[in-house]
Order: sequence, then C-alpha cells, then structure tokens
Amino acid sequence: MNTSLWIHLFLFPGLLFAVPASWFYVWGEHKATARIQRRIGPPLLQPVYDLVKLFGKRTPARHGIEANLLRLWPALSVLSMVGAIAMLPVFPGGPGFAGDAVILVALLEIPSICFILAGFTSGSVFAQIGAIREAILSVACNVVFLLSIVTIAVTGRTFHLSDLANVTSNPGHWIGVFGILLCIPAKLRLNPFSTSSAEQEIYSGALTEYAGAALAMWKLAHGLEWVALTGFVATMVVPAGGAWWVHAILFVAISFAEVLLLSAVAAATGRLTLERSIRFYWRWAAILAVLSISASVYARFRS
Amino acid sequence: MNLLQRFMHRCRRKSPSLFHLNTGSCNGCDIEMLTCLSPRYDVEQLGIHLEGSPRHADILCITGPVTRNALEAAKTVYSQVCEPKAVVALGSCAGSCNVFAGSPVIVGPLSKYFSVDVFVPGCPPHPDAIVAGIQRAAEILADRGVPEKAKGVPQR
Repeated sequence: MNTSLWIHLFLFPGLLFAVPASWFYVWGEHKATARIQRRIGPPLLQPVYDLVKLFGKRTPARHGIEANLLRLWPALSVLSMVGAIAMLPVFPGGPGFAGDAVILVALLEIPSICFILAGFTSGSVFAQIGAIREAILSVACNVVFLLSIVTIAVTGRTFHLSDLANVTSNPGHWIGVFGILLCIPAKLRLNPFSTSSAEQEIYSGALTEYAGAALAMWKLAHGLEWVALTGFVATMVVPAGGAWWVHAILFVAISFAEVLLLSAVAAATGRLTLERSIRFYWRWAAILAVLSISASVYARFRS
Repeated sequence: MNLLQRFMHRCRRKSPSLFHLNTGSCNGCDIEMLTCLSPRYDVEQLGIHLEGSPRHADILCITGPVTRNALEAAKTVYSQVCEPKAVVALGSCAGSCNVFAGSPVIVGPLSKYFSVDVFVPGCPPHPDAIVAGIQRAAEILADRGVPEKAKGVPQR
C-alpha cells in the first residue's frame, strides 16, 4: 500500500481527523439547536463525556450468535464510515486514495443496513418498529440520493470521485449537490425525517436494547456519518485549484456550515409521519431528481 | 484514583442520562421534570439528557406513590438500567406516598423496594430542586463507579 493511502485512512480525512471532527459536529448540532431555542447548550466536550461514560457501563451478558451479531453491526458501521471518509476527494487532482462514487455510495449505505439488522437482531418490539421505519425511509430517500449522484456523474462524465470534485461550474452539478443535501436529514435520522429513531415515541427505536460499549460504537458511527455525508457534499462544492491547505480548511468550514444548516432545519421542524416523509421524497424530491437527471443526459448528448 | 479512573469519574458526573418512570403520579412532578428541559432551566448545559430506553440511562427518576400495578413494571425497568446507576425519588409521593398513604391500591413508598439515592421533596418539587437532586445523583453515580480500593484518595 502506498503512503497516501495510509495518510487518507489514518490521518486526514481518516481516523485521526474524523473521530474528533465527529465529536465537534455532534456538539455543533446540539449547540446550534440550543442557541435556536435560546438555551445555552452543552459544553464542548459533551460528546466525549457521553461516549467515554458508555464504555464504563457494565452491560448484561448475552450469549450465542445474537450477542456476536449485536457487537458486529456497530463495528461494521464504524469501519465502513472510516473507509467512506478516507475515500472523500478532499485534495482533488493530488495523489490520493483513488476511489469511485459507486463504492462511496455502497459504504455510505452500510450503517443504515446495519441499523436495520441491529433492530431485528435485538428482538425488541420497539427496535423492530424502528428498523422497519428505517428500512422504508432508506428506500424512499435513496432513490433521490442515487439519482442526484448519477446527475453529478453524468454532468462530470465520470464516476471517479477526484474528477467529480473538479466539476463545479455546471448547473447540473449544483442541482445534484442540492439533491444530496435533501437526503442527508433522512440518512442522519434528523427532524423532520427522524421517524426511525423517534425518541420517547418508540423508546429508542432500533437501538432500544443496546447499552454500554456497543451503544458507544453506535454513537461514534453516527458522528462519523455526519463527517462522511457533510464532507461528501463539501468536496463536491469546494472549487478546484488552490493549495492543499486551502482545500482542507474549506472542507472543514463547509462541512461545519452544513451541520449548522441541518441543525437549524431540524430545530425548526417537527417530526413528519412515515407516510409524509415518503411522500416528500417520492413525490417532490424525486420529481426534482428526475428532471435534473433528464436535463443532464439531454445536455450531454447535445454537446 | 489513577488518571483513567479520574477521567471516567468526570465523564460519569458530566453526562448523566435520565430515564423517567411514572408509578402512578398525578403528572404534577412529570410536568415539573419536563420543565427542566425548557430554555428557562436548560439542563443540557450540565450534560443532563433524557433517554428513551432504560438501557441507555444512568439515573432512574421515579415519580408517584407506586401503585400495585406499577410495581412490577418499576422493578423490570430498574433491572434494565445498567450498573453503575442511581435512583432519584421525585416528589413527596415517591418519598412518602403523600396524600395517598393508606390507600389499598398503593404499595409504596419507593424506598420499600429500591435503594433510593436522592429524595427531592415537594408537591410538585421546584425545577431548581429537581436539577439539584439530579446533580447530586450524578455525583453519587460517579463515586459508585470507582472501585472500593481506589476510593481512599480524595476525589475531585
């Protein structure tokens, strides 16, 4: 393996950056929500306290294949997210972790699948309800998500991530980025599409039976999902050219701006029912996505 | 305490997760408890947050005088909260059954069945008192997580 792969996987934007960044983004989400509600909000280290505390809990002993599976799902989510973050084209054109948009989409989807499987593995009724909701919502938002990525790919005439990150002047590219941004609240289970986690309503959704270290891994995976999804949009938005450090700073700044934007939307909206969420994605967002992909394909064959 | 235990102690004290259980309360204490989450009292700045599942919680906040029907549910929920844990009895009903004492359907008070760490009296208790009680419970919880042999060294 070459050196740049190790740098991408373990330094930037990999583990060493991604884990503290996930804490910072989760803190940003809670702090922004608190400020919008005229509260003071949590201290900066709150996500660290929450995570470390969970590692110190004494969880009930489980046995058999169920116990192993319940440990496997959050670990798989964390690993897939670290892989997805390492693939992000933060330095387009530079020597990096050459990747394809298709692999990135697959890696981004793994936490959602693990979340569903975790709900069914735990055997709790509430966890199963959460898992079913997540499965349905995932199908609903992924149509728009995939169409948006294909729009970007058709506009850029490639599926290669570093080349996609270079194309930012085309309107088709921006519509695709907007489509991805529309899907992020559903993928992160934020308001108004928080029906799958639905705190208090179905206890804790798919994670109801989780405790201790396994729950901490889920929290870490969720934080890394924030970094991966906001970072994906950031890499598509950052203009090409410029020094590597400008790219790095813009990547972090735009990602954090997205965190604030998504938190503001989440704080300003209530939880939609599953039916309304599906209607939003399959009716309004899908119309936008189909129109944008049709325009992109038309523009490509015309030129 | 060594450095790791000291850090874990701090994390437990700074991040108490609550699970709220009603064992036949009139809802007065429950409303006052939810008031603590409002912008006026904002318990999130102290790291306190409500959890949807008892498995995720550290502190069990119990309201109500414990009715006969609610007792088994309370025992189940108590057993689902992972160690180290603490119990807060919110309101006079949970502490002494209050005006419901002597009723044939009441089997309380709470301290007959669980080792209650903090009593927050009042009918209903003031949100400030609830926040102070939860903070005290978080300190007890953090001390409880430290092994006995490490407790000789002064904490905090």
